[in-house]
Amino acid sequence: MPIASQISMVPVVVDDDKCIAEKGCRTCIDVCPLDVLWINEETGKAHMKYDECWYCMPCETDCPTDAVTVNIPYLLR
Amino acid sequence: MNLPDDIEVKDIDILIIGGGTAGPMAAVAAKEKNPDASVMLLEKANVKRSGAISMGMDGLNNAVVPGHSTPEDYVKEITIANDGVLLQKGVMTYAENSFAMIQKLDKWGVYFQKDETGEYDMKKVHHLGTYVLPMPEGHNIKKILYRRLRRHRVTVENRYQAIRILKDAEGNACGCISLNSRTAEILVIRAKSVVMCTGAAGRIGLPASGYLFGTYENPSNCGDGHSMAFHCGAELTGLECYQINPLLKDYNGPACAYVTGPLGGYTANSKGDRFIECDYWSGQMMMEFYNELQGGNGPVFLKLDHLAEETIQEIEHVLHTNERPSRGRFHDGRGVDYRTKMVEMHISEIGFCAGHSASGVWTNEKGETTVPGLYGAGDMASIPHSYMLGAFVFGEICGVNAAEFAEGREFAELDMDFIISERDRILAPMKRTDGIPPSQFEYKVRRLVNDYLQPPKVTKKMDIGLQRLIAMEDDIQHLFARDAHELLRANEAQHVYDCAKMAAVASMYRTESRWGLYHHYVDHPETNNEDWFCHVQLHKNEDDEMVCKTRPIDPYVVELDDNEKNAYSQMRVQQAS
Repeated sequence: MPIASQISMVPVVVDDDKCIAEKGCRTCIDVCPLDVLWINEETGKAHMKYDECWYCMPCETDCPTDAVTVNIPYLLR
Repeated sequence: MNLPDDIEVKDIDILIIGGGTAGPMAAVAAKEKNPDASVMLLEKANVKRSGAISMGMDGLNNAVVPGHSTPEDYVKEITIANDGVLLQKGVMTYAENSFAMIQKLDKWGVYFQKDETGEYDMKKVHHLGTYVLPMPEGHNIKKILYRRLRRHRVTVENRYQAIRILKDAEGNACGCISLNSRTAEILVIRAKSVVMCTGAAGRIGLPASGYLFGTYENPSNCGDGHSMAFHCGAELTGLECYQINPLLKDYNGPACAYVTGPLGGYTANSKGDRFIECDYWSGQMMMEFYNELQGGNGPVFLKLDHLAEETIQEIEHVLHTNERPSRGRFHDGRGVDYRTKMVEMHISEIGFCAGHSASGVWTNEKGETTVPGLYGAGDMASIPHSYMLGAFVFGEICGVNAAEFAEGREFAELDMDFIISERDRILAPMKRTDGIPPSQFEYKVRRLVNDYLQPPKVTKKMDIGLQRLIAMEDDIQHLFARDAHELLRANEAQHVYDCAKMAAVASMYRTESRWGLYHHYVDHPETNNEDWFCHVQLHKNEDDEMVCKTRPIDPYVVELDDNEKNAYSQMRVQQAS
């Protein structure tokens, strides 16, 4: 059963300039109930790896540097 | 026989599964009951921000406060709202402990709205009594719970999905098998008693938007507890009494009539007219909502545009900072302002949730399931209409009773064969090199639920739906996960699948209609109290088949007058109909 990957516009946006993940911060990653925020191996910053969002906002609310913005997923807008 | 190296085992006296609302309370209560006992709180996400109240809660929906109502009043109201089918003793236990729990939370620092005299500022939303207590600053409730967990030295394990309950040779619950969602490692927890607080089954149906995670419930609540209960032989009840909620269309969050109602907002049809007497959620109310949606006066709206500016600002402050705070952003995106436009509403996908309706793992007034040593609290357990405060009350009761059950017990001998076969089953999707992605499998299950199982229920349709679901059993052996996260989703999808089958089997068993829209069975449109004034229990029989049986309703502790029984049947505003 061969598989293919599809692209998806994700609702959570992280501002790389503000994100301090390289200093060890994992706040948004820790608080996400769906565990969809991970470290981007290329940039060392947090990013939304899986498009499985409840637009619930702990990641944005708890971020110490205001780097995270939660948008409403496109299909719901 | 020893377990293989890749399976870690931890021993703990009392295991609490689920760290949302009921779970932290159960853990603290178990520690208070027996400070020497070890207590573990196992959480699929992170207890700091998990469960239905991850962003807080805007009010208590069922506060039984002296001077405003009595436990007897409350039991009556819920009995009527639930068409008489309930364990009254359980609701009474909740009602009698409701006020003490409010005082406890108040002492912990949870802020409840008070009037100018310093009394709780109670609001009327229910059809008969007054039970709503606003919490305009309720966004910090998880922080308060977390502090208590730390203070009582509860062991917290985050990012573990509990997958199967373990039982000892005598049939007592003795732990669980879990999966780490970041490392795909298996952790076996051996315990002397187990409390399940895994939340609603909120991923059975597909939201109208088609977005798998745009559910009414927190989508991490996918029915893990319902599935675990079924597989370990516990009974579930009332699954045919689906949870269906009124909500903001597409956003899929609650419209919050409980917040807006006391301030003058209401549910209206497209002409701006009221059509229901009462915005408290019940199957009867949902039936009128559904009729209005489908009829010529639809769709249905939340009407606030007649309110004063300061009232609107108060509503915005509560709704846009609490529970589902992104709703303000959703309205902005569509150019909807409460001041000028009514907000389009819709009904949710189906789910199992005793927090709002009555479906879940059977629990009695002590929080016991039908498996000894296994307790249940919160949205997953069957005490109806329990909401957040009910989760706290029964969380506490379960914590105390689980601590008592654990006392003097030894750790059980582990069933190695079962654990190894489960490990292989749980990890199988990651061993494959291709196959069916969990998202596609889950989408298909949930699409079938919408097509065939949501009300109005029709035998032939439900039969087709069930057969299609049974045919998907073969697909499970082809589930494919590329990493630990997808493996979590693959295991969740199997729990969603179990719940979908349970919804079909339970719905086809009860050949009558009851609870308004929740069990609106077209082939059997009348309520039949002669044959069906009883619980329907779903369980696994000796041949591992999913079957149902009836359970008589325990004698009431609060009798109803004949003229009270139909109070919730007259929901429609007379002049609008």
